[in-house]
Amino acid sequence: MRPPLLSLADATVRFGGRAVLDGVGLDVAEHEIVCVLGPSGSGKSTLLRAVAGLQPLDAGRVSLDGRDQAGVPAHRRGVGLMFQDHQLFPQRDVGGNVAFGLRMHGVSRPQQQERVRELLDLVGLPGAARRAVAALSGGEQQRVALARALAPRPRLLMLDEPLGQLDRSLRERLVVELRELFGRLGTTVLAVTHDQGEAFALADRVVVMRDGRIAQSGTPLEVWQRPADEFVARFLGFENVVEGTVAGEAADTPWGKLPVPAGEEAGARTLLVRPAGVRLVAADAGLRCTVAARTFKGTHVAVHLQPRDDGPRLEAACALREAPEVGDVVGVAFDAAEIVVLGRGARP
Amino acid sequence: MPVAFFAVFFAYPVAAIVARGLKVDGVWRLGRIADVLGQSDVRHVLWFTTWQALVSTALTLLVALPGAYVFARFTFPGKQVLRAVVTVPFVLPTVVVGTAFLALVGRGGLLDELWGVRLDTTVWAILLAHVFFNYAVVVRTVGGLWAQLDPRQEEAARMLGASRARAWRQVTLPALAPAVAAAALMVFLFTFTSFGVVQILGGPTFSTLEVEIYRQTSEIFDLSTAAVLTMVQFVAVGAVLALHAWTVRRRESTLRLVDAATTARRPHGAGQWALLAGVLASIAVLLLLPLAVLVQRSLDAPDFAYYRALTSDEGGIFLVPPIEAIGNSLQYAVAATAIAVLIGGLAAAALTRRDAGRFVQGFDALLMLPLGVSAVTVGFGFLIALDEPPLDLRSSWILVPLAQALVGVPFVVRTMLPVLRAVDERLREAAAVLGASPWRVWREVDLPMVRRALLIAAGFAFAVSLGEFGATVFIARPDNPTLPVAVARLLGRPGELNYGQAMALSTILMIVCAVALLVLERLRTDRTGEF
Repeated sequence: MRPPLLSLADATVRFGGRAVLDGVGLDVAEHEIVCVLGPSGSGKSTLLRAVAGLQPLDAGRVSLDGRDQAGVPAHRRGVGLMFQDHQLFPQRDVGGNVAFGLRMHGVSRPQQQERVRELLDLVGLPGAARRAVAALSGGEQQRVALARALAPRPRLLMLDEPLGQLDRSLRERLVVELRELFGRLGTTVLAVTHDQGEAFALADRVVVMRDGRIAQSGTPLEVWQRPADEFVARFLGFENVVEGTVAGEAADTPWGKLPVPAGEEAGARTLLVRPAGVRLVAADAGLRCTVAARTFKGTHVAVHLQPRDDGPRLEAACALREAPEVGDVVGVAFDAAEIVVLGRGARP
Repeated sequence: MPVAFFAVFFAYPVAAIVARGLKVDGVWRLGRIADVLGQSDVRHVLWFTTWQALVSTALTLLVALPGAYVFARFTFPGKQVLRAVVTVPFVLPTVVVGTAFLALVGRGGLLDELWGVRLDTTVWAILLAHVFFNYAVVVRTVGGLWAQLDPRQEEAARMLGASRARAWRQVTLPALAPAVAAAALMVFLFTFTSFGVVQILGGPTFSTLEVEIYRQTSEIFDLSTAAVLTMVQFVAVGAVLALHAWTVRRRESTLRLVDAATTARRPHGAGQWALLAGVLASIAVLLLLPLAVLVQRSLDAPDFAYYRALTSDEGGIFLVPPIEAIGNSLQYAVAATAIAVLIGGLAAAALTRRDAGRFVQGFDALLMLPLGVSAVTVGFGFLIALDEPPLDLRSSWILVPLAQALVGVPFVVRTMLPVLRAVDERLREAAAVLGASPWRVWREVDLPMVRRALLIAAGFAFAVSLGEFGATVFIARPDNPTLPVAVARLLGRPGELNYGQAMALSTILMIVCAVALLVLERLRTDRTGEF
């Protein structure tokens, strides 16, 4: 069997005693799109820099195609990196930027021009080769940066917050374009982002990072359905996380008895209730709550509920027409299918 | 490589002269230091050296900062020429500047003839000459960066409610601070180690450390006292440099640089026109007038007699006609510039590396030392250190360019470092990831951005080499004098013809410098078209 294209083993980077990368192990197979998701400061950019050879490891190993990269300088690793704010060369035009990596690899001039044209077509900027980079819009700069990174045909393409500075609609359109493009080209991609929507839309596999460690790794569906621990759940935007005691198919929590899926280990556990699993019922049935706030989410309304007995707040997803007004008193019932018993996590 | 260069051509000669001075019959006598410093006249010299340098620096900044602003932000007819013209004083040999000011404010000088005013017995003559000298340092160092600062930064501050003055103070000034500090440091060092100007205008009353070292070396032949004074100067200069390195490291930040051509525009409004007029007037009075007097004196004989005398070797001062000094000077200066740019460029590149260790950062300050150690010491050190195996260069022509390059390197480093440090590290990383080796990264990313600074640095190195006097005078061979050496020898002889010849040769040196600088300015605008 072929070794994975990229393999990190126990990769560790310390900045002045603090471990920014803490024993990270990660494999990326050929043609796979892996997205590293994490809040700022979780070490995800450092991960990319370590793979690129811009940041030396304090311990562990980075291998490409099974070959240890220790001592291989950045310019000989044959990986591409698209920087967060693009870092286009300001004194070169668009063509000069895209051709840069080709020139470094000694590609002949006619071939350079051919490839530049091909790539600019690919990223949707045909005929832009002579334009100045200062005159480009944010989205255009992003496309040029992508073309520049792709031009030398890197065996691994890394993207650092690829869509970070763009406005929302553009971001949503580009993420689809990127996924399509990488699928067509068969590019192996390692991207990092703090935006879960971006990660889920782009990746075959999502890796959630926390404080320099990997908190969870799996397909977008797996991560979304079964967050590994409270940190991942909260980072994904879930608010209904509560401590409870599991016994059989029920758990004792501040919100009362919650049904849990069968087969869960008994004892003190953390539970996640997805907003869709919080059903509003008549005020005299179930947990009595006051509606504290409601926010319109487009497809549904998020209702924030304050239990009458001062328990932690709850978030419920309601259909547009059924949402109660602020101040209403409602009852709450729970749906076992939308309740997840979370893992204990590496660290509390 | 820069380290080796400095070890062999700077540290070794200086060590040699210190050893020669302090070692008596093979025994070190460190007690000499206390003896010399105990003398009241030495303390007097130290005090005068320091305060005149401080006042000169303050005056220069006061006069030249508005000039830097005008050159950075305004366009006006003749700007190119004027920019080169204000640089000319800087490259003139100190001896000539001293004489030019003597001709202006001294006995029988222009002011004396017109109003009976004489300043040559006061410290003002020295201070004015120092401003004259260092005006270009501030305009070039500060103005160069100022022109590339994005004016929109200041506009953003004004939109946030800052007044014009406040926006300048809060946004532009902090961005300029490294350049202002660098310029102020240079001016302080030049005036602290001022030699020729003080020698001529100071008379017996005013004497700097440098003049005292020279006097002890060449008149009293008291090498050990000279050596002690050299070490005092060394320490003082080292302290200033350390302070400077500290302030610069604290303040330097990544700046957004833009094309200088886009930031300058025609002045509008009475205030801006008045500022421009004021700057032009101060340039006329402070910089042009002494030069004009110099030219006038060189022509103060019928039929260009002084100039014609230069082509004959009848005077017998040199083995060759004085006019040949021009060719020598140019050859030496070209070689010295090449060496200085190579060494200085490598050093600046090494200093910019983010992983530069403490050793390298210390080297930053070390590079500046040749500026602060007297040129006289360097020249004399070369003479006594490099004249015997293992390194016998005394008869080699390269000796003079080497000494001049040594003086030129700090200019190259100082000019390039602020701009190099302003290049975003991630641009270099982007190039590296795309397959550029470290050397190619430098060529493809740094070089295009610092090309202007490099040309300015080369211009400085060239100019400094042309005007270098203190070191060259020791090592230039009699049959290959440089222009400043020839001028000084002519000035040192009595007689109107020699004086006139010196004036004529100085005028030629001035013209050579002006032409060289104009070519550089031309080159510079051609290249900016690429950006």
